[in-house]
Amino acid sequence: MSSEVAVVGFAQSPCRVREDATTSGVEMLVPIFAEVFGATGLTRSDIGFWCSGSSDYLAGRAFSFVSAVDAIGAVPPTMESHVEMDGAWALYEAWAKVLTGEAEIALAYGFGKSSGAELRRVLALQLDPYLLAPLWPDSVSVAALQARLGLEAGRWTEKDMAEVAARSRAAAMSNPDAQVSGSVAAAELLARPYLAEPLRAHDCAPVGDGAAVVIIASAARARELCERPAWISGFAHQVDSGSLGARDLLAVPSAAGAGRAAGADGVEVAELHAPFSHQELLLREALGLGEGVAVNPSGGALCGNPMFAAGLARIGLAARTVMSGRAGRALGHATSGPALQQNLVCVLSGEAS
Amino acid sequence: MSHPTAPLRAPLEIEFDYTRSLGPVLSQFMAALAERRILGARGADGRVHAPPFEYDPMTASPPRELTEVGPEGTVVSWSWMPEPLAGQPLAEPFAWALIRLDGADTAMLHAVDAGSAAAMRTGLRVRPRWTARPAGSIRDITCFEPCDGPAGGTGGTGGDGDAAAAEKREITPGMTITPVRLHYMHTASPGESAYLRGLAEGRLLGQRCGVCGHVYVPPRGTCPADGVPTSEEVELPESGTVTTFCIVNVGYPGQRVTPPYVAAAVLLDGADIAFQHLVLGCDASEVRMGMRVRAVWGESGSISHFAPTGEPDAAYETYARCL
Repeated sequence: MSSEVAVVGFAQSPCRVREDATTSGVEMLVPIFAEVFGATGLTRSDIGFWCSGSSDYLAGRAFSFVSAVDAIGAVPPTMESHVEMDGAWALYEAWAKVLTGEAEIALAYGFGKSSGAELRRVLALQLDPYLLAPLWPDSVSVAALQARLGLEAGRWTEKDMAEVAARSRAAAMSNPDAQVSGSVAAAELLARPYLAEPLRAHDCAPVGDGAAVVIIASAARARELCERPAWISGFAHQVDSGSLGARDLLAVPSAAGAGRAAGADGVEVAELHAPFSHQELLLREALGLGEGVAVNPSGGALCGNPMFAAGLARIGLAARTVMSGRAGRALGHATSGPALQQNLVCVLSGEAS
Repeated sequence: MSHPTAPLRAPLEIEFDYTRSLGPVLSQFMAALAERRILGARGADGRVHAPPFEYDPMTASPPRELTEVGPEGTVVSWSWMPEPLAGQPLAEPFAWALIRLDGADTAMLHAVDAGSAAAMRTGLRVRPRWTARPAGSIRDITCFEPCDGPAGGTGGTGGDGDAAAAEKREITPGMTITPVRLHYMHTASPGESAYLRGLAEGRLLGQRCGVCGHVYVPPRGTCPADGVPTSEEVELPESGTVTTFCIVNVGYPGQRVTPPYVAAAVLLDGADIAFQHLVLGCDASEVRMGMRVRAVWGESGSISHFAPTGEPDAAYETYARCL
């Protein structure tokens, strides 16, 4: 058993509202599978383990991920699994499969048609089913409670939040897959009305549909597939209490813990999955990212947040900076649940350990 | 706007009443709500959690006893909901708030009927507005209202946004029912759309994979064996073979055919994948593997069911690969 596993390929679909797409993800997945196979020279028969992340609540039907298996071509039968989570957690399962030697090459994918229903309302169903979900607290309102706590504690201002949005949108101008981009001053954003006071539209990720795919390989195969593999030097995920009112919403211990466990120190680039502007500020602090770290050069989730794919895409984008030689050490982060409840950190390095 | 090849779209409404058992702690909590009392639990660290924890976050032990808190409390954080969504506690603009009830150390999430965002602030004192018809759920608190406002506010959407449904529901101790209603715009794939349009014209359309040559009906858009897009359209005959079947003996709400009846996998002639349909027109006990059947069309551009043709049965070898 080798402890060295590397990302060798990544592709994502542009994040858009796709009225003509089904919730099965097949139309979004087939082109990006072709892209990542083309780049790596692999074919589907080389993949020893497949794992997907998606949600029936987005699709509006049971076992919706089974339809997506059409995109992988599962004849003859192949080893396949699914998590009802962002594809980043599917990658974690795939990583474990390669670490244990059950597969040499594994592929993780995530997809979501976020626009099939009213996303912020559907996400109320991820909350405690006894005390919270019956009230239908939508995801934007819950994030707004967290934002106000930070504002009134003096941790950030609405201007700080608008500056996160403005910087993200400017960065996204060089990212063709982004849904939102452009040059806009924070002052101009602050003049716009509240969506859910204290959040304005720019503080919230847009609703968009998309998919992402990452291929990982064991040390024995990674070097032949990729000139400069992005070695996974640390990978961890942790979760905080599901009781919103009982946890300190400004602490994010699960992000700090996952960052420590994955070894986030010394990264040059960080792709953070922060669907709300203030959450980028919380995550920077929880992960100990200093001024010198380039955060979200892609524009981040504020410029495109395809549910169940955006976290995996963060890891793929971070890996891409290593594979291209732009960074020696990069971090991909994914979140899940309300108000940053669950956090995953994957650290990638140009050097095998 | 409508183009003949554009995917078909239609609203999809999903409704389901989740019936959940509450367990020992939340049973007490909900029973107390019906008596207009709010309970919390003291943790090993001395802090009072309200609502109560089921297992202590520090020690994982269940609470020893529940203690009454509130019912008044203080707003810890809030956000403003200018356009309430379906199912939320109030139909008029309201605040979501984390509320620390008097005597508690943690906060509870609920709605505050404050009238306007200008009337909301952190530190605001609030009290619960109770429903007239307790149902053993967190919705027995309609919402909270400012303590300095007039008592007896009547706003509130009821247990599930439907007062009539809440009224006919009975309280079952230890259980709670949460109605879930979701509204989707469902989009059919291009292949499914072509299939549905074909049905409306009385035609059965499939697609052939350019790699393995298999014909899929309904079209899948992608060959599940090869993972490549399928685009060649194939029209199929109305006749086929029963590959396997089951006899449905169980009744259920909304059932259109009286049991016993047969649900079968039907392999259309020329297709490489069977689809499921009804086989009617003969006694259920006569249906068998290999039976030849033909589509019987309904009135609205769809197949009503399949019926026996009376031809000799198909040889097992002709459909064995599709079992």
